Amino acid sequence: MERDDLIVNDSYAVNARHSEEDGKKIRKKLYTVTLLLTAITVVEVFMGVIFKRNGTFEWEAIKLSFIVLTLVKAAYIVLIFMHLGDERRNLKYVILLPYALFILYLIFIGLTEGIATLNMQNTFR
Amino acid sequence: MAGHAKPMSKDELWGGGQSPFSITYGKMMMWYFLVSDALTFGGLLVAYGVIRHGSTDPWPVGEQVFEALPGLHGSYPLMYVALMTFILIISSVTMVLAVEAGHRNDKKGVVKWLGYTVLGGFFFLGSQAWEWSHFIHGSGGGFQLSAPVTVTAIDSKGQGMQMNLAAGTWVHMESEFGHAYEHALEGHAAHAGEAHGEHGHADADHAHTDASTLVPEALIINKYTLVREGDKDIFKMKVQGEDAKKLWDAKAQNTVVFGANLSKNEYAVQQQYANFFFFVTGFHGFHVFSGVVINIIVWLMAIRGVFERRGHYEMIEKIGLYWHFVDLVWVFVFTFFYLV
Repeated sequence: MERDDLIVNDSYAVNARHSEEDGKKIRKKLYTVTLLLTAITVVEVFMGVIFKRNGTFEWEAIKLSFIVLTLVKAAYIVLIFMHLGDERRNLKYVILLPYALFILYLIFIGLTEGIATLNMQNTFR
Repeated sequence: MAGHAKPMSKDELWGGGQSPFSITYGKMMMWYFLVSDALTFGGLLVAYGVIRHGSTDPWPVGEQVFEALPGLHGSYPLMYVALMTFILIISSVTMVLAVEAGHRNDKKGVVKWLGYTVLGGFFFLGSQAWEWSHFIHGSGGGFQLSAPVTVTAIDSKGQGMQMNLAAGTWVHMESEFGHAYEHALEGHAAHAGEAHGEHGHADADHAHTDASTLVPEALIINKYTLVREGDKDIFKMKVQGEDAKKLWDAKAQNTVVFGANLSKNEYAVQQQYANFFFFVTGFHGFHVFSGVVINIIVWLMAIRGVFERRGHYEMIEKIGLYWHFVDLVWVFVFTFFYLV
C-alpha cells in the first residue's frame, strides 16, 4: 500500500526542512509569542482580580476585553504554534470558515435561548 | 516551518496527483478531527452560557470560588488557575520547539523538547487533580436559612449594613469552623452507628465533639456571589457575634452542604454550576490525559529512531497540532469559567 506520508514531492509539508540559521530565527519568533501569551494571561488575571463582576457598564467593557484578549491568544496559538498561518490559503479557509459560521450561529442561538428562558422565569415566577 | 507552500498555478494545484492543500492525509485528518472536537467544546461552552444566562439566581464569581493555593491560608484569587494556564502555555511552547527540531532532523532536540512537553502535561494533570479535590472538599461549607432573618453585616472595609435575608438565602461558614463542624457531624454519625452495636461504649480516647454544641463566631453572606444594590457591591459580608448565632439558629438542617458533588454544591443554588465545572474541565482534562499518553508513545518512537529511519518528523507535527489544540481549549475554558 502506498503511504502518502512517504511520497516524495516538494509541495508536501513533509519535506519542509529548514537550516540551522532559519531555525534560530524561527525559535526567536516562538519565544516572542511565548512572552506575549504569558503577558496577556497576566493582564487577564489582574483584570479579573481588580474589577468586580457586578453588572455595571465598566464590568461589561471588561468582559468584552476578556473575550477580545482570548481571541488574540487563540489567534497566536492557531496561526503560529499550529502553523496554520504558513499553510496554503485554501486550507486555512476550509478549517476556519465552517467553524466560524457554526460557532457564531451556536452562540447567537444559545444566548437568545438563555435570555428568553430568564425572561420566562421572571414573568411566570 | 511547516507548510512553506510554494506558489503554484491553479491548473497545477488542482490538476490531480497531489493534495491541492499541500498537506498530507494524516495532517489533514488531524485538522478535521480538531475542527469537530472544537465544535464539541464550543457546544459545551455555549451550553454553559445558555444555562448561565437563563439562571435567575446569582452565578458564582470565579475569583471568589477559586482563591486557594496548596499549603497556604488566605485569599489568592485566580493565582492557581493562572499557574495552570502558564504550565499549559509553556508545554505548548516546548511542543512547538520539538516540531522545529523535527524540521532540522535533530533527533536529540525532538527527544528533549517532547520530553519536557510530557513533563508539562503531568504537571497540568496534577494541578487539575488538586483543583478538583479542593472544589469537591470545599472551603467551609454552607447552609440555607429556614426563616427570614435581619442582621448587621460588615463588608471588607469594616462598614456595617443592615440586611434583610429571606428564607432560603445561602450562608457560608468560615473554613476553620466549617471543617470542625463537618468533622463533628461525621463523628456524630459514626457515634450513632456505634450505639446500635452491642456495647454502646462512651469512647474516651476519641471523644467526638457534639455538633449541636458548636456555634460559629462569624458567618459569611454572599461568599461566592456578588449582588449589586444601588451603587454598592455586596459580597463576602461578615456577620459576627449575636447576629451569627441568629443565622445559625435559623439554618435549615437538611441544606447543610460541604464542597461539591454531582447532586449538591456549596458554591451556588444552581447545581448546573458544579456539573458544568466537572464536565467541561473533566472533558478537557481527559483530552490532556490522552495527549500525554500519545506524546509518551511518540517520544518513545523518537528515542528508538523510528522517525529517523522514516526520514521525516511529521508525526511530531500531528501530535503537536493535538497538543496545541488542548492548550487552545484551555484558553477558552479559563476565560469563560474563571474570568467572565
